[in-house]
Amino acid sequence: MDTVIHTDKLTKRFGDFIAANEITFDVYRGEIFGFLGANGAGKTTAMRMLCGLSKPSSGTATIAGFDIYKQTEEIKKNIGYMSQKFSLYEDLTILENIRFFGGIYGLSDKQLKEKSEQLIGTLGMECEAKKMVGALPLGWKQKLSFSVAILHEPKIVFLDEPTGGVDPVTRRQFWDLIYEAADSGITVFVTTHYMDEAEYCNRISMMVDGEIRALDTPAKLKQEYAVTSMDEVFYRLARGAKRSE
Amino acid sequence: MNNTSTFIKKEFLHVFRDRKTLLMLFGLPIVQIILFGFALTNEITNAKIVVCDYAKDDASQQIIGKLQASQQFDIQRILLNHKQIETAFKDAEIKMAVVFPANFNSDLLHQHKAQVQLITDASDPNTATAISGYANQIVMDYQNELMQLQRVPYQINTEVRMLYNPELKAAVNFVPGVMSLILLLVCVLMTSVAIVKEKETGTMEVLLVSPFSPFLIIVSKAMPYLALSLINLTIILLLSVLVLGMPINGSILLLYAVSTLFIITALSLGLLISNRTASQQSAMLISLMGMLVPSILFTGFMFPLENMPYPLQLVSHIIPAKWYYIIVKSVMVKGLGFSAIWKETLVLLTMTMLLLVVNIKTFKIRLT
Amino acid sequence: MRTLKFLLQKEFKQIFRNKALLPLLFVVPIMQLLILPLAADYEIKNINITIVDHDHSPYSHKLISKITASGYFKLANYVIGFNEAFEDIEKDRADLILEIPQGFERNLIREDGTAGQTDGEQLYVAVNAINGVKANLGSAYLNRIIADYNADVRMEWVQMPRFNLFPTIEITSSNWFNPTMNYRFYMVPGILALLVTMIGAYMCALNIVKEKEVGTIEQINVTPIKKYQFILGKLLPFWFIGIVVFTMGLFGVGWLVYGIIPLGNLFLLYAYLGVYLIAVLGLGLLISTYTETQQQAMSIAFFFMMVFILMSGLFTPIDGMPKWAYVITQFSPVTYFIEVMRMIVLKGSEFVNIKTHFLIMVVFAVVLNGWAIYNYKKTS
Repeated sequence: MDTVIHTDKLTKRFGDFIAANEITFDVYRGEIFGFLGANGAGKTTAMRMLCGLSKPSSGTATIAGFDIYKQTEEIKKNIGYMSQKFSLYEDLTILENIRFFGGIYGLSDKQLKEKSEQLIGTLGMECEAKKMVGALPLGWKQKLSFSVAILHEPKIVFLDEPTGGVDPVTRRQFWDLIYEAADSGITVFVTTHYMDEAEYCNRISMMVDGEIRALDTPAKLKQEYAVTSMDEVFYRLARGAKRSE
Repeated sequence: MNNTSTFIKKEFLHVFRDRKTLLMLFGLPIVQIILFGFALTNEITNAKIVVCDYAKDDASQQIIGKLQASQQFDIQRILLNHKQIETAFKDAEIKMAVVFPANFNSDLLHQHKAQVQLITDASDPNTATAISGYANQIVMDYQNELMQLQRVPYQINTEVRMLYNPELKAAVNFVPGVMSLILLLVCVLMTSVAIVKEKETGTMEVLLVSPFSPFLIIVSKAMPYLALSLINLTIILLLSVLVLGMPINGSILLLYAVSTLFIITALSLGLLISNRTASQQSAMLISLMGMLVPSILFTGFMFPLENMPYPLQLVSHIIPAKWYYIIVKSVMVKGLGFSAIWKETLVLLTMTMLLLVVNIKTFKIRLT
Repeated sequence: MRTLKFLLQKEFKQIFRNKALLPLLFVVPIMQLLILPLAADYEIKNINITIVDHDHSPYSHKLISKITASGYFKLANYVIGFNEAFEDIEKDRADLILEIPQGFERNLIREDGTAGQTDGEQLYVAVNAINGVKANLGSAYLNRIIADYNADVRMEWVQMPRFNLFPTIEITSSNWFNPTMNYRFYMVPGILALLVTMIGAYMCALNIVKEKEVGTIEQINVTPIKKYQFILGKLLPFWFIGIVVFTMGLFGVGWLVYGIIPLGNLFLLYAYLGVYLIAVLGLGLLISTYTETQQQAMSIAFFFMMVFILMSGLFTPIDGMPKWAYVITQFSPVTYFIEVMRMIVLKGSEFVNIKTHFLIMVVFAVVLNGWAIYNYKKTS
């Protein structure tokens, strides 16, 4: 199996505060890897390091084969990202956003045309294509954001709490998109604190107080802790957590 | 009401926790008062001039000597011929050229009439007028000295007394103006983002659902800034008096009272901008781009308001700083009491009431 | 360069879609340029004078007519007591008071010809000196008029020989580069410079900080967009807008409304403008790297603009400032631009005259932008 993400004792310190402590794990191609943890556990910090947004204080890692310290620009060419705060431009139309981000990642005009039509068709947004993104409901914005993140067919796509504040039906639809992406060979690295979404992942890791306390498939974890839901697993692990928001 | 004080306390916390902005809100007025108090003046000093002296005689030398000795002028070069004058001007340094024709002295003594030519760079007409005025005076002084020597009869002597500012310090004119300007602009800038920021971040909804009336929301937003501004005012006054040498000839209490009113006017104006705009960016640009230069010009300390075309004078009536400037001069420099400034105070009061009423009436109690 | 094209497309779309922004960028500066030059006028005229005449004689009346006929003074009030006059000064109804004592005429004109030797008659003048320059010039004008009046009186009573008995120096003045002494000519280029500066510095700073505040900047940081591409993408639109507004101002307002025809080389002017805008945008960029919120960016920008405007030499002469203040003006790019504007537009200066200014502006552009680029990190 191809390793697309490999980290070894990755650490991030802010002064005396250790946000992420010696994170070590591997992620394989085509996986849906869930990165779980309570608020404040360090998930976002870890993900920002993997995306090249934040420089680690120590430790090593390679993303898609590129070194996290020296080859951040290469990494960026090969990944997609959907931030927690939602980062499409509200004052541009759907089409304009697609063309902008597609163009940035080097898609040709022909490709852009094809892909925009494809994307809009798949999401069923033909009527809204020329509307401002700011006018869309939240669920649509998030689906759009994800689709734009994988437009350039990156090796890995990072999703930071992508389904926050959305109704269960839309969440389900969103995960359908994720499955599709994984099937086409894109590795999906997703952080969330919805424990039921953990069930949808191939493997998950659980962060507590800046460290990884568990790393396995959902089934095996439930077995290990002799519980029936991921919620319970989380509760067992995080009970003694000192950090919470 | 307990709730009200909690609300007001929250507003205070917002403001006082933003260290960077706080630093700027205090630091900027302090730096600006000192900077502008010392640097701004409309006096002419060390103006660079050249002299083209064809005469090279006693009279021309004497006048040149007077020019050199005066504070207003700084003779850069003595030119040999007038063709060099044009180049000198084009190099942008020279403001005036003084030309003495040949035989200046002998013409003066024997024909009792001689000419001096002043050529000014009028691309800056203000300076040109002032410079030529001073040069005129110096030449006139020389002429008077000659006349004194000859004991001219029927001489009228005039005694001139300079009131309020015998040393003719520029600060006395500019510092009240800078005070007004800074207080107005800082207050407006501060509050112009206050409401709109909440609209942008979405916390406005929370406020609207609360039992607080629009009036209360608006007033509590202004409170911390009122406190800040009063502290600012005190610092500004201290600096003006101790560092810049401004007098305080009138009642300090009166000064504070009216200044508080002015601050409230300015804060209300800022709040109005905040109320009516949808984004912080617009609010800020209106304050920065829309108000900065007009306020500088229409407060009246930079250029005399009476020189402006009448429509513009009307415009100046809308700028609160213009009225405050008059009040500060009257109270601080002239030492007058309330009876002298009641008109201006009334104007400020009316402005404030108007602004507050418009604020409350247009404060949307529902988001669109 | 495709990336840059996409970036620029996005930026322009965002700017022109912002309904609140457009008037502030285009309409407000032009309006200010139309109106403000009319306000800027230092000339000392319309001085209000209150006269206290204790004498009421033909000679005092003649003096008063001469004063009012001069065109410099407006008679605010004609009173009998000094206290009334002083009230005029307190209420700003008058700028100066002239007091003509009782016996003015009698003491001036004595039939026996012993009149007015060195112990001639006193006139008293009191001036509101809060505005020192106005007081100075006002009293100088008054003195001049009194001196002329004095000469007239003397002429009446002294036998005049065929030629001038007393030495008089005739002063001729010529005004170059602006013979009509039109203040507008002076102000328009300067105010235009200020307005263009504001657009450059504010807009650029606020624009970038807004992306920081909202969070879209993170999305940019995660893409392969290079630092220089992002920065160019932010600078170029405002550079263009700056040039457009400048052109609108120079020709639309300056030429069409005020009749200012630039004397010098337009190509040179625009070249300097181009470099200047880069420097000023660099400042905006620099401010954006040090601030996280729009409010902070605005406060810093406000501070700089106040200093630039008031210390630019546009409203008050730089020569009059103390040495340390003078140094500060030399660090403000606006000072140079205003000077160059006037030199080229009003005096027709050529490159050789402004080459130092050019060099200095290039240094500004390089330093400010370099510093900002160094600060801006995609990875923190």
